[in-house]
Amino acid sequence: MTARKIEILVGAFIVLACAAFLMLALKVANTGFGGSSQTYTLYAQFDNIGGLKVRSPVKVGGVTVGRVSNIELDRVSYSPVVSLEINADYSNFPETSSVAILTSGLLGEQYIGLLPGFVDDTVLMLGNGDTIEDTRSAIVLEELIGQFLFNRGN
Amino acid sequence: MIANRLQKIGHQTLNSVSGFGRAGLMLFGALLGKPDFRRGIPLLIKQLYVIGVLSLMIILVSGLFIGMVLALQGYTVLVKFGAEGMLGPLVSLSLLRELGPVVTALLFAGRAGSALTAEIGLMKATEQLSGMEMMAVDPLRRIIAPRFWAGVIAMPLLALIFNAVGILGGHLVGVEWLGVDAGSYWSAMQANVDLYQDVLNGVIKSIVFALIVIWIALHKGFDAVPTSEGISRATTQTVVTASLAVLGFDFVLTALMFGG
Repeated sequence: MTARKIEILVGAFIVLACAAFLMLALKVANTGFGGSSQTYTLYAQFDNIGGLKVRSPVKVGGVTVGRVSNIELDRVSYSPVVSLEINADYSNFPETSSVAILTSGLLGEQYIGLLPGFVDDTVLMLGNGDTIEDTRSAIVLEELIGQFLFNRGN
Repeated sequence: MIANRLQKIGHQTLNSVSGFGRAGLMLFGALLGKPDFRRGIPLLIKQLYVIGVLSLMIILVSGLFIGMVLALQGYTVLVKFGAEGMLGPLVSLSLLRELGPVVTALLFAGRAGSALTAEIGLMKATEQLSGMEMMAVDPLRRIIAPRFWAGVIAMPLLALIFNAVGILGGHLVGVEWLGVDAGSYWSAMQANVDLYQDVLNGVIKSIVFALIVIWIALHKGFDAVPTSEGISRATTQTVVTASLAVLGFDFVLTALMFGG
């Protein structure tokens, strides 16, 4: 086994490992390198966020336009405030837009559905740091069942 | 009577502590000091070949089969809930987070670790190490250091290859054979796997395992009793100790990374 042959095989090994990493990063984790696109942040206050997590998707009509970047409790009103990191390519949402916490499928993961509102002369567009006022909280299945049973009892 | 018992406990404790001390000193002597790239790199490449490239076959084959078995077993459970679309996340997360790093480390301990221990133990038994010292060549720098670095570099790469091949094996069984939709296999995987949380934490795990396995293998070889029986015992100890240490550390690392 000459040194040259060994070096070629080691080189092939390293290339194979890099290919495996690229496959894991790009195809499995679906993360792009470099082109980490510009984002801007919106806030939304809910009564109950259910099972929403950081990095849950934000969707408009099923298309992912951003992700939840932070969830924390408002110190005054004790209701959760969700930070939404929206891709800057989608920057023209009017301030009449509404957000709701939805569930994909009956038991699937929860995501934020953003519904763009109407636009007229008096409506401004949402920019970085703005808060979406019109929010609908997550539907908690247990509460729903509880209400249903309670109503039947009457 | 009691004094004898106490002496036994003390003896064992001192033995294991001095074992740790010798292992530490060995690593210290091997890694410290100005690196000599001109002479070090060819030695490193030779060891990368012996430790990495020659382990490739066992990693490829076992990765493929573990991915295939995961898909097969996962499917039988998931299909009962009509959730076979989650087969992709099941296979990829269990591979990336646990099976990839751990199984690679176990195979690595068996394939490369035992060979290293036997090689170094035999060098010691045939007094090659003493011979090097006589010629003013530091055996720690010449023998131990390249093997150590080669192991630390090769194992995370092997784990990455293991993961990729396993996920492809899961695709083979899940999609091609059992008929899970290819789109949902990949898209559910992409929705649930995070580059930092899952892929890179797996890589960190496998770097830690590499340090453990290679350190144990080198130390057991370097510290072996220089007889044929001593070498065989050192080789066995390498595989047993390294496997147990990997499994133990795996629990700690998992609790730290994913427990919170």
